[in-house]
Amino acid sequence: MARKQPVVRTLFVTVLAWIVGLIMFFPIFWTAVAALKTESDAYTLPLNWLSTPWTLENFGIVQDRSNYALYIRNTVVIAFLSTILGLCFAVPAAWSMAFAPVKEPSISWSGKRWLATIFLTAFVVGLGLYALNWDLTNRAALGLGALIITTVPLTLWVFSRNTTDALLWMLSTKMMPPAGALIPIYLIFTRNGLVFKDWGWIDLTEWNLMDSFWGMVPLMMLLNLPIIIWMLFTYFKEIPDEILEASRMDGASLWNEITKILLPMAVPGIVSTCLLNLILAWNEAFWSLNLTNRYAAPLSFMISEYSSPEGQFWAKLSAASLMAIVPILIIGWFSQRQLVRGLTFGAVK
Amino acid sequence: MGTIRLNQVRKVFGDTIVIPGADLEINEGEFIVFVGPSGCGKSTLLRLIAGLEDVTSGTISINGTDVTDVPPAERRLAMVFQSYALYPHMSVRDNIAFPLKMAKLPQEKINKAVQLAAAKLNLTDYLDRKPRQLSGGQRQRVAIGRAIVREPTAFLFDEPLSNLDAALRVNMRVEIMQMHKDMKATMIYVTHDQVEAMTMADRIVVLNQGKIEQVGSPLDLYNKPNSRFVAGFIGSPKMNLLENETLGVRPEHIALSDTAGEWHGTVKFAEHLGSDTFLHVDGGSRGNITVRAVGESSFYAGDQIWMTPDKDRIHRFNQEGRVIR
Repeated sequence: MARKQPVVRTLFVTVLAWIVGLIMFFPIFWTAVAALKTESDAYTLPLNWLSTPWTLENFGIVQDRSNYALYIRNTVVIAFLSTILGLCFAVPAAWSMAFAPVKEPSISWSGKRWLATIFLTAFVVGLGLYALNWDLTNRAALGLGALIITTVPLTLWVFSRNTTDALLWMLSTKMMPPAGALIPIYLIFTRNGLVFKDWGWIDLTEWNLMDSFWGMVPLMMLLNLPIIIWMLFTYFKEIPDEILEASRMDGASLWNEITKILLPMAVPGIVSTCLLNLILAWNEAFWSLNLTNRYAAPLSFMISEYSSPEGQFWAKLSAASLMAIVPILIIGWFSQRQLVRGLTFGAVK
Repeated sequence: MGTIRLNQVRKVFGDTIVIPGADLEINEGEFIVFVGPSGCGKSTLLRLIAGLEDVTSGTISINGTDVTDVPPAERRLAMVFQSYALYPHMSVRDNIAFPLKMAKLPQEKINKAVQLAAAKLNLTDYLDRKPRQLSGGQRQRVAIGRAIVREPTAFLFDEPLSNLDAALRVNMRVEIMQMHKDMKATMIYVTHDQVEAMTMADRIVVLNQGKIEQVGSPLDLYNKPNSRFVAGFIGSPKMNLLENETLGVRPEHIALSDTAGEWHGTVKFAEHLGSDTFLHVDGGSRGNITVRAVGESSFYAGDQIWMTPDKDRIHRFNQEGRVIR
């Protein structure tokens, strides 16, 4: 029998829930209100509900000044393609972590042995530099040497870790402030990740990843990949190993095991993972603002256009924000059941 | 065809040796039961044969071909799991058809084979249901259907009946034995239940801590156990182990009298089952002795009793637990 709650308590909890809900909703409400006012009224405080001339002109102005259709197309392309691309990488990764985990690190060397590895690498690199007759006072040569000497043992160590470590490492990449990676990523984008753009037989000088889908889609995929892999991993963990083993006994190849058994069974999890990824990619602003400005600029870029050095255009900014969030709000509204179910799948089972 | 041969098969998980080295030859059409207490490595041995685990060293061959490094999908074996392991998103029909689809058989052949298997297992009315709409016994039948439809080299059963209730278990046991008789296929069956092992097997493989203790027909193991472990494991109720566990005598090989005999004791409990009576006797310095008496036994708790073991059916063991003959 369910415990009977006193009426006062129920009342208190209900009122509190409504207050918290309203506080959380308030910014969106305020944005909506501001979008329906003239630019000068948007600044006026206290708000005068009766004398404010409500208007829809801001939406028209935003549509005139910025090409909404272009921005929404770009957002859709980036969000959907990055999600699909992300799945292509995350499904195999999550499969191997869930069903073929590395329990013990595949290299379990002593500190001495690691030290020996570092010295050996250093020796080989030095020998190589000497054999190539490189000038060791050249900083580039020393830099390359140092890079190899640190990379080789580090790579050995990273790739020999067990699955739990790999999962944690993946999550830890989300803990790094994105601003810290901005300069390297910016350089990679302007140079296509290459030091030389003109290779003689192919010249990439005219082409770079800046402000293009070629750059934004993989970037957005990589940003959210740790989350996709983590979510898929937890869903896959729920599927009993024996079912996949049964399919192996039944003669299924790895491809069939994944596409005919694993994926159909994990559909609810995959759908909610995709939804979450879609929302994250849709709302992403930091990288979009820094790495796009015209051809591949998404909706978040459109919003920022109304906050310029000449001043903040609150009413238009609000209108643009509303236009940007409405589609994802609708998707979120209709899929909320799936989303909540997906996010709590592991917890309530 | 359906011979399986294990040659010095060894399995190590990290620091624990699960199978220290198993040699076994399974003949065509045999019903082999792996039996032993939980954690004795019997399931691991089956999974090694299936290819679901990699052997650490040694070789496994099926029909004379070395399959040690062949993936499970290509070993042409079928397996029935304890949890049934049905594909929950597929109908019964698709579950049974799955191995044939994987073998890329033409659709008409698949349909025919599925119908045949379903008829054999009384599943025809359930073909369009999903596994979650079936009872435990029906699920088990689907799992068996999925195994037989492909006509594999051998069948592997991993404790297939332990999730069923007692009555159903007996029925399914008979059905599996009937299936073996009809198909004349090699079957390997893993169980911890010695009654299942005794009733079903052509030959029993008794495992203890990963080692094969003894291989033989049920009556061989019953009459001539090689070791104290096999003696204690096979037979119900358990063999009495007396005199520092160097002397073993089965409850059914002790004659009773209320006047004279070799050993004296007091009846502690009497279990009257109708067909038999099991007497639990306090044998004084000899410890507790279980005796099987006739159904209408007149002994009750508290009675003084004289017991005489059958001289020819006494088993003697050395300190290591090996039998002395």
